[in-house]
Amino acid sequence: MNYDAIVIGAGMSGLAAGIRLAMFDKKVVILEKHTIPGGLNSYYQRRNFEKGGIRQFDVGLHALTNYIKKGEKGKPFSKLLKQLRLSYDDFKLCPQTHSKILFPNIELKFSNDFELLQNEVSEKFPHQIDSFVKLVEKVQSFNELDLSIGYSSSRSTLKSLFSDELLIEMLLCPLLIYGSAWEDDMDFAQFVIMFKSLYFEGFSRPEGGVRTIISLLIKKLEDVGGEIRFKAAVNEILTKDGKAIGVNVGGEELFAPVVLSSIGYPETVRMTKSLESLVTPRVGAMTFLESIFVFDKKIPLNQNESTITFYNDAAKYSYRPATNYFDARSAVVCFPDNYESLKTEGEGTVRITFMANYAQWRELSREGYDAKKEQVSESALALINKLAPQFDGKVLFKDIFSPMTIERYTWHLNGTVYGSIDKTRDGTTPVPGLFIIGTDQGFLGIVGSILSGISMANLHGLMGPGTET
Amino acid sequence: MTAANVRQIVLDIISDIAPDEDVTVIDDKKSLREQLDLDSMDFLDIVMELRKRHKVEVPQEDYPKLATLDSCVAYLSPKFA
Repeated sequence: MNYDAIVIGAGMSGLAAGIRLAMFDKKVVILEKHTIPGGLNSYYQRRNFEKGGIRQFDVGLHALTNYIKKGEKGKPFSKLLKQLRLSYDDFKLCPQTHSKILFPNIELKFSNDFELLQNEVSEKFPHQIDSFVKLVEKVQSFNELDLSIGYSSSRSTLKSLFSDELLIEMLLCPLLIYGSAWEDDMDFAQFVIMFKSLYFEGFSRPEGGVRTIISLLIKKLEDVGGEIRFKAAVNEILTKDGKAIGVNVGGEELFAPVVLSSIGYPETVRMTKSLESLVTPRVGAMTFLESIFVFDKKIPLNQNESTITFYNDAAKYSYRPATNYFDARSAVVCFPDNYESLKTEGEGTVRITFMANYAQWRELSREGYDAKKEQVSESALALINKLAPQFDGKVLFKDIFSPMTIERYTWHLNGTVYGSIDKTRDGTTPVPGLFIIGTDQGFLGIVGSILSGISMANLHGLMGPGTET
Repeated sequence: MTAANVRQIVLDIISDIAPDEDVTVIDDKKSLREQLDLDSMDFLDIVMELRKRHKVEVPQEDYPKLATLDSCVAYLSPKFA
């Protein structure tokens, strides 16, 4: 079968790329190994009949970054709406109350109004406010969409601006754990993307969670005539004379001059025989554990007002694989009930993310694995208790997923969430016709991944050589 | 096709790709980018819609010729002839 383009993976970037190509009459197919779409931002359900029946969960979604109000222009989210011809109202965004970065004896709040963070810095780090203003100017004038810029360390940039290391650690904490493939540091271009999407723009959550976004994308893909196949595992990316010509999917050969892969750069290399000798992108080390608790009631706002708490129990923030299975010294704690207009009565939910260590989890026996998850659960509950000491809700249900779970359902090597530390910002690989989209192209989060799919489809599928119809 | 027809074709496309923009107040001599919230991705969409709806091809090196409504009409009119 012949196509104009083949997209591997029906995550956010793959769906967006498929939509863009089909919108302009390209014959495109999206191949997804899993039974459902979403990739790293998918969903699942758990049956728990004694205690309330079937519950729906999002895999990874704490927050949708890049919040805008209706009608705001020139922002990543508004670009996404225009490029995919989607309506703002369809996303049913519920903005956060505020979030906070909580270190010992100090916290910095931030919200969808940047002034809050600026005031917090000015109040708590008065000697650093001029430097903070300089950083803001630097971030504003930086063109993070320039696909030609190489790696530069965010820490060294921050050290050249700030004398107070605590502020550097606090500002970096949310940005690292919400998107860095690198340990303890991140590429400055990625820092800028994250700074804008978290601090300038902020968080919201679509009513209905990630399913709302995925349904919109699937519906749009159908409307523009794109094809999608589930349980369609690509075995090999086919090349001829050094160029990509298609894929082998479950024994069937599909041909196309353009192959867009969202499965990760190292994962793509493994599937492409002629690429293995040409490039060896490294597998990132950062992987996580997610604990989800459902309580019989919500935590009242007067006991915990923030939507997301970036917690760290030391002055220094250590962002690297845990040395002992998981690291309870820091965490991201998401209180999804604290998104506005979701404050209804009923069950309460809390999600907690800890940094983990893939190699150690992989070595555990079945019993050891279950016992270790129990320890994670205890640490997570202790942290909820620390953040909301008066809360006396009963746990109705809990679910914990580990690096092994991530690897099993996303096929990302070593359960990485933010992919390789070797990004390919323009999406190209040494094999012409084969392009990387999604996390390993270097745009982050749900909005970033969608924009990655859009911009790579534009560049390599609509404008590139040989794309005239 | 008249210049007015070509102008309308471009306006129709802009209205579809940027539904929030008021295209009735555009100054034909001024850059579209300065008057409307259009970025390079949107210009790609104008080109793609010209191809899809009217089978008119605009090679990448000619994208700057779509800068103003006047220049759009001047550049596209021969292609519609």
